[in-house]
Amino acid sequence: MTTTGHMSARPAGLRRNAEGLASALPPLMADARHLASTVQLGEHGRRLSGMGSEFWQYRPAHAGDEARFIDWRRSGKADAQFVREREWQAAQSVHLWVDDAQSMEFTGDQKRQSKADRARLLALALGVLLIRAGERVGLTDPIAPPRSGEVQLLRLAHAFTRPAGEADFGAPEARAILPGSRAVFISDFMGAPEGVEKALGLAADKGVTGVLMQILDPVEEAFPYDGRTIFESMAGTMLHETLKAGDLRDRYRERLAERKERLAAFARRAGWLFTTHHTGASAQSALLWLYAALRKDH
Amino acid sequence: MFVLGPIGFTVPWLLWGLVALPVLWLLLRAIPPAPIRRRFPGVALLLGLKDDEQQTDRTPWWLLLIRMLAVAAIIAGFAGPVLNPEQTEAGDGPLLILVDGSWADARDWPRRTQRIAAALSEAGRAGRPVALVALTDIPPGELVFAAADTVARGLPGLQPRAWEPGVEDMKALTSALPEEGFDTLWLSDGIARDGRAELTDVLAARGQVKAVESLRDVRALGAATYEGGQVGVDVLRARDVAAGPTEVVARGLDPAGIERELARSAAEFASGETSVTAAFDLPPELRNRITRFEIAGEATAGAVALADDALKRRKVALVAGTVDREGLQLLAPDHYLRQALVPTAEVIEGTVGDVLLSNPDVVILADIAKVTEEGALVDWVEAGGLLVRFAGPRLAASDVGRDASDPLLPVRLRAGGRSVGGAMSWGEPKTLQPFAEGSPFRGLALPTDVTVTAQVLAQPGPDLAEATIAELSDGTPLVTRRSIGEGQVVLFHVTANAEWSNLPLSGLFVQMLERLAVSSRPVRPAEAELEGTTWVAERVLDAFGNLQEASDLPGIPGERLAEPALGPDLPPGLYASGDRLIAVNVIATGRKLAAAEWPSGTVIEGLSALRETLLKGWFLAVALTLLMIDLVASLALSGRLRGAQAGIAMVLATAILLPLPEGARAQSDADTRLIEATGSVVLAHVTTGDARVDEVAQAGLLGLSEVLFARTSVEPILPMSVDLEADDLSVFTFLYWPVTTTQSAPSPEAYRKLNRYLRSGGMILFDTRDADVAGFGAASPEGRRLQALAAPLDIPPLEPIPSDHVLTRAFYLLQDFPGRHAGRSVWVEAAPPDAERAEGMPFRNLNDGVTPVVIGGNDWAGAWAVDDNARPLLPVGSGLGGERQREIAYRFGVNLIMHVLTGNYKSDQVHVPALLERLGQ
Repeated sequence: MTTTGHMSARPAGLRRNAEGLASALPPLMADARHLASTVQLGEHGRRLSGMGSEFWQYRPAHAGDEARFIDWRRSGKADAQFVREREWQAAQSVHLWVDDAQSMEFTGDQKRQSKADRARLLALALGVLLIRAGERVGLTDPIAPPRSGEVQLLRLAHAFTRPAGEADFGAPEARAILPGSRAVFISDFMGAPEGVEKALGLAADKGVTGVLMQILDPVEEAFPYDGRTIFESMAGTMLHETLKAGDLRDRYRERLAERKERLAAFARRAGWLFTTHHTGASAQSALLWLYAALRKDH
Repeated sequence: MFVLGPIGFTVPWLLWGLVALPVLWLLLRAIPPAPIRRRFPGVALLLGLKDDEQQTDRTPWWLLLIRMLAVAAIIAGFAGPVLNPEQTEAGDGPLLILVDGSWADARDWPRRTQRIAAALSEAGRAGRPVALVALTDIPPGELVFAAADTVARGLPGLQPRAWEPGVEDMKALTSALPEEGFDTLWLSDGIARDGRAELTDVLAARGQVKAVESLRDVRALGAATYEGGQVGVDVLRARDVAAGPTEVVARGLDPAGIERELARSAAEFASGETSVTAAFDLPPELRNRITRFEIAGEATAGAVALADDALKRRKVALVAGTVDREGLQLLAPDHYLRQALVPTAEVIEGTVGDVLLSNPDVVILADIAKVTEEGALVDWVEAGGLLVRFAGPRLAASDVGRDASDPLLPVRLRAGGRSVGGAMSWGEPKTLQPFAEGSPFRGLALPTDVTVTAQVLAQPGPDLAEATIAELSDGTPLVTRRSIGEGQVVLFHVTANAEWSNLPLSGLFVQMLERLAVSSRPVRPAEAELEGTTWVAERVLDAFGNLQEASDLPGIPGERLAEPALGPDLPPGLYASGDRLIAVNVIATGRKLAAAEWPSGTVIEGLSALRETLLKGWFLAVALTLLMIDLVASLALSGRLRGAQAGIAMVLATAILLPLPEGARAQSDADTRLIEATGSVVLAHVTTGDARVDEVAQAGLLGLSEVLFARTSVEPILPMSVDLEADDLSVFTFLYWPVTTTQSAPSPEAYRKLNRYLRSGGMILFDTRDADVAGFGAASPEGRRLQALAAPLDIPPLEPIPSDHVLTRAFYLLQDFPGRHAGRSVWVEAAPPDAERAEGMPFRNLNDGVTPVVIGGNDWAGAWAVDDNARPLLPVGSGLGGERQREIAYRFGVNLIMHVLTGNYKSDQVHVPALLERLGQ
């Protein structure tokens, strides 16, 4: 094939990167695109006339309009001249943060996606939708600042396919967030809530609004355990032994509800939105919710 | 043996293990269940939560109990528990094992032989000499006691008889008893009879008498009687014990000639009664078909009542000349005939043309000279009808049969007839001569007052003497007879009324009609009536109530037939004399059954209570069940039982505990099977209902299929089991039918299917699996069952497989056809009698087509059977020779299938040289 020779002329490093990308990316990319394709919302229009590619309205030409703006086809149907106006479309910067701590690797059932997989899928699919709408999407990390275009998707995908971190629980990184932009934090928020609150406060100070999405496995919600059990965290740093796991169920659920309540209250104060998504539910509804939440107010 | 209530233990010391149970209890209670480690991100939320209580550390008491019980069951199981352990019978010195050997024994004969075998082996262990005697078959000479194993060898030959021992038999045994003392084990049939008490006394005088009796009641059927339009069959029982109604089944041939159940009637014994009548109300057509009555579920000769002429009502057509309406009724030519026939036969009247339409058994022409429908009548007689003619003035006046013999008259007649002893003649009225040898009337007593005053005379001729079956004192024929085709014509040379003789007024007239099978007698003939007749057994009953061919029994004088006592010289069955048929039943008329009485002090033992049952398996099964429950319960308690795991554990537990349901086959399933069978060659076997036999048959056909696949171009798919009732047989080429004693006979519909299958080229391999088909039946229970099963089948004449049969060279060259048994002959369709060996040919030019059945008893499926790993399932013979025998068995199978599939192809091959030679020219 001719491509073989073409490829061999490229630097070896690029090729290695491309192959590395290709090996991990396609499943995630494909899933994300597939998921995004189920959302047909059109472009991120501002419902105002302005700079954009979409037709907005015809208006009668008045003084000051250059001749080249006149739409001759429309004007030919009438005596006056008309100018074709386009919709004003503004690009928005959206920062994504997906928790990559060990706790996200948990799944209560072999057949179910892990929380991390679901979180990455949602984030990337959201990225696909946003980039398709002309927005700029990036990570909260300085490594991938918000940009538009298909290539940015590849960068995001590449970042999402990094191996999980060492820590048991993660906290969002808010320093690289651009002022006035929007942010999406996806995590199980099982760790100490102070980290989240700190990042949220920092973001709110910069005028950043956004969304907190808590991803939980159904097992984490239901706590269906009985008998003598030693619970340990995913990285093995925390242990808790009980003789009768079933007795702890109600108290555990109480604490989980408390945690959700605390996060929701804090998000409300910062002008953010909070939701809980379960890996047992469909990803599409969560994606819709995310997309709608980002569009909500500007 | 340590006995605890009804349970004994063979290894009682193991029970000491039960003492350890409390220790185990404490140990198990002390150890908490092991914790499970779980990874769980929510642990951060759990930190700091305290357990409410420390109690669940311990195993709950009920789980402990389950484990204790399981261990206890295992200990008890290995201690060898036995239900109803057989207590050894004390005693030494000789032992006489006495069997009644009557029909009443037949019902539980296998159990009786088992009991005898047990007693024999026990006596063998104790070194006691034994004698085994059946009362119905007492050996001549003094009773000889022999070693138990010698006697045991004769045990298979011991068979019950269809009759009961008589007083003479008991006396014969009494006189044959030795002087010295011995103990007696008497396996009684439970029926009281004369001489039994005396014999018991004699035996008790020599030693201890122990009686073994079945706890079940003995039931029997008396002869069937016909009265008032109903058939009544007496059901008898020996003991007055409460039981459900007795079902009596009437069997007979259906229009297709297949024996089937025609009617069924239930009779319930009133309390205290030992006899009740089961009534059948049947239309004549059905009633005439009945061949036997039997008690449903009782396979003994006593539970069978054979039907004979007494039940049958012949259809007699009475045709008289023009009736003189003005004349007196007593002078009518057919008045006395009607009087004689109406009580015992179905009489129809009309013209010849009319009555022939109703297909009568007998047509009687009273003084009719010329028959208008002569052709039709001749045809009817040739087809087997009986035409009885009476002379009279019209016949005498006509010229029928004068110059040439008339087809409807046995002899030529002389003109005019004669008159003797009248007012215008010289002679005295003639009396009858005693009936000659060979006459059907032989033995009938002659009343002295029967005289003949006028008659028609037969033309003398060379065949007149032969045709005459009754003559007057002066030698002139009174009754003549001639056979036409399959039927016959009988002429009474006198009138049927009292005009020419007073014969019609006498009882002799009725008896003569009966002897001619015109009318049938209402009850069993008395001794006087039977005198002088000779009866030949057509078929005899065996003790199990099956009819067997009886070709080798000598004729029996009628006097003996009238005696109620049956014996070796008069076995029950059907006896024929000429056209008449008499059934001799086991239960004589008026016989009552009563339970046998034993003198006080006799040890009486039931037959059923003797079964030793090993309980080890049951105990271990209970232990396994408990452990399964424990497994599931422990998993549930420790929280390991969730979702899929729970399902798997449950399925495992139930799969181990529950045997898979059998036989549930949906219709669609059957269709798929048939479609599969249509597409390829498939070997199939008939399901017998015996799970083990079916399994072996299936495995056997699997083995044969694999051998065929490997060695020949026949590539069968997996073998199938065939339900004769439900499946369509036409898609199968080969059916293997293992015969079991318990197999129920297929329905008439299934037999029709089987016959169609056999006619259209299918083959059935019957296998009695008993290595003994030498007697072609009767030798073994399976053989008898095979006879019963195959009787309605459309099977051609058979012969032992000849050495040049195609089966010997269809693929391999074979001369033996062993299975697991290298038994004797294998039977196939007989070669046509005109089969000849052509010049220069090694084989005869044998019949075309495939033999529809192959019958043998070598348990071929057993030899062919392989398991799922294609290893032989059952051992054959021993060592290398056994494997060789298995190989030959496979070769037989290959030959058989080749024969089924290619027919006489190999037979045709024989002619190849001749064909080639012809082509060359």
